[in-house]
Amino acid sequence: MATPLIVSEVSKSFIMHLRGSLVLPVVSNVSFSVASGECVVLGGPSGIGKSSILKMLYGNYGVDTGQILLDHDGRMVDIASSHPRLVLEVRRRTLGYVSQFLRTVPRVATLDVVAEPLISRGVSTEEAHERASDLLARLNLPKDLWQLPPATFSGGEQQRVNIARGFITDHTVLLLDEPTASLDAANRAVVVEMIGAKKEKGVGLLGIFHDEEVREAVADRILDVRQFSPRGVAA
Amino acid sequence: MSDLPLLKVNNLSKFYGSRIGCKDVSFELWPGEVLAIVGESGSGKTTLLNCLSTRLLPSTGSVTYRMRDETYRDLYHMNEAERRFLMRTDWGFVHQNPADGLRMSVSAGANVGERLMAVGDRNYGRIRQTAADWLSRVEIAEDRIDDQPRSFSGGMRQRLQIARNLVTSPRLVFMDEPTGGLDVSVQARLLDLLRGLVNDLGLAAIVVTHDLAVARLLSHRMMVMKDGHVIEQGLTDRVLDDPRERYTQLLVSSILQV
Amino acid sequence: MSELAAYNFAYLDEQTKRMIRRAILKAIAIPGYQVPFASREMPMPYGWGTGGVQVTASIIGPDDVLKVIDQGADDTTNAVSIRAFFQKVAEVAVTTHTGEATIIQTRHRIPEETLKEGQVLVYQVPIPEPLRFLEPRETETRKMHALEEYGLMHVKLYEDIARHGRIATTYAYPVKVHGRYVMDPSPTPKFDNPKMHRSEALQLFGAGREKRIYAVPPHTDVVSLDFEDHPFEIQTFDKPCALCGANHVYLDEIVLDDGGKRMFVCSDTDFCETRRAEGHTGEMLAPSQEAAE
Repeated sequence: MATPLIVSEVSKSFIMHLRGSLVLPVVSNVSFSVASGECVVLGGPSGIGKSSILKMLYGNYGVDTGQILLDHDGRMVDIASSHPRLVLEVRRRTLGYVSQFLRTVPRVATLDVVAEPLISRGVSTEEAHERASDLLARLNLPKDLWQLPPATFSGGEQQRVNIARGFITDHTVLLLDEPTASLDAANRAVVVEMIGAKKEKGVGLLGIFHDEEVREAVADRILDVRQFSPRGVAA
Repeated sequence: MSDLPLLKVNNLSKFYGSRIGCKDVSFELWPGEVLAIVGESGSGKTTLLNCLSTRLLPSTGSVTYRMRDETYRDLYHMNEAERRFLMRTDWGFVHQNPADGLRMSVSAGANVGERLMAVGDRNYGRIRQTAADWLSRVEIAEDRIDDQPRSFSGGMRQRLQIARNLVTSPRLVFMDEPTGGLDVSVQARLLDLLRGLVNDLGLAAIVVTHDLAVARLLSHRMMVMKDGHVIEQGLTDRVLDDPRERYTQLLVSSILQV
Repeated sequence: MSELAAYNFAYLDEQTKRMIRRAILKAIAIPGYQVPFASREMPMPYGWGTGGVQVTASIIGPDDVLKVIDQGADDTTNAVSIRAFFQKVAEVAVTTHTGEATIIQTRHRIPEETLKEGQVLVYQVPIPEPLRFLEPRETETRKMHALEEYGLMHVKLYEDIARHGRIATTYAYPVKVHGRYVMDPSPTPKFDNPKMHRSEALQLFGAGREKRIYAVPPHTDVVSLDFEDHPFEIQTFDKPCALCGANHVYLDEIVLDDGGKRMFVCSDTDFCETRRAEGHTGEMLAPSQEAAE
């Protein structure tokens, strides 16, 4: 089985220059991999560095040492050391990310927010809108909201928009940061189904799920982050 | 990823006497890429922008540009006629103060049409139609086409300036604090419009701003300047979410949270 | 000798005339290009043709025959005084007949009679820079001329059409000379623009206050700027001249009484008089001839 994501000996700390150059270690020696069709769930208590790991993988956080290797169109790319331009290209085509919160852009309609990742990959607007409509319908977002910008939506509605946007593409690796946090049971079940479908398509998933039921339903493997935490080890 | 950079900047420095304007700046910009240059007043970001856009002669270093015929030309080895031609066809420059970039005493339509006439379009009907199309793209009502920008609000003037710059389908646009001096609500609208245009047209842009929110919304990549030096650069998300340098951390922590 | 002895020939000193002739030669060499020159104080105010007078003074010789017109007329104040000036300071022959003149100094008109080889038409120019009203910076307009950046000139014509539905500029209508420089033909009506094109006569332009000289050598292309869908057109008149019956000439409106009666007559007085002498009559003259019979 192919391994589209390999994380090797990654360490990360923050240096707080404004607080007397205080060094805050976050994680060290993070090593794991995700195979295609596999859903790996990061486990451990809050503040242990789960979100930080996702952010490093997505390129939002830099890393001090180590490599984050992704199979990008058959070529191994190290996110940790790549030029921003390559990171953006990897995000466009290979690596998807569903965050907890939707960063809304004023005045852009929900349907366009969801369709945008497809359009930026060269899919026609018509087809992208069609697929966006399917996903939004599946996630039970009322149709009269589709033409409105999501800025004023409730937390659950925004999250569903966010999930639709994250799941619309054929990215081969998906990072999920508590995608079900503010969803009701029915919609949680839909997301579980969608994750299952991704796995069947051979997508490698790495996620954080606090909801135990969902975690049980989707996880092939749980990776305890405490083993990478300087504090966790100390504790 | 095989396509070539649009702009290559190599060890660019500008000194004002013994004072540093900007020093040893090097980077490459690709088609469709938006680069934000941030920093406080006096950090050298406007000096850098002016050196890149041929408005100011740098002291050392080179700036090469991939012309429409795919040849790379050093901007400072071109003659003035070529530079000015480039400025009004393949480039745009959006000034902070729209009055600096517009002709305030000619109509909105003529402001947009001027670049077309400058490159030899001699059909009035076609020029006017193109101008009308662009006005609607920047959300200015078509019935304002014969009004002078004097009668426009600040936000409308700025949108008009953008239309005037984009009418010749430039590949690279320089923007100097494009939202400075505008009300917050007007700023949001303009940013949104700019973001849409940059995406739709695949423009490369270099945006100078002291507003990190503008950088976050518009740019892919950012450079942080202090005392004429680029002290940190990278993916916009990375610089803002995980600032490394002391000064960048200060900048990021100074953003007002609403 | 007469009182003339107090003045050099044609008023200006020889050094000044040489300086102006050099400027004129340069202007002829670069058709349409505005050559700066050290304009002198003249014994008349700016706006009365000091530029044209200096050009005329620099090129006139004892054998020349001078004609001076203002709005096409030989008998208006400005024309009469400039003619008298040169009679006094150069003792040259003067005429009102276009065909006889070797030098014609003009303000606002080109004579209707086609100019011939060997004649010189000297224009009095108030503002030589065609780009001035759109671009106030002289440094910038010079650069625009140098780099042939003339898009702005069409902006002006665009504004005309946008505002009036057609190009409403009727005088000082911009032209491109010899396919290179855009030039202001001074405040002549655009009716006269086609006469400049490939004229056999040498055309010299002098702007005294602005200190510029420019020229159109004989047989040079002079093309009026326009749009494909709004081509250049000259004014047309409904009726022929009321005095001489001439068609296709530039007419002046003359109010006859306070009851609103008016007539249109040739602006070129010499042309009109010549035609009448040849026996042509317009509608205003016809009845009086009948009365005489």
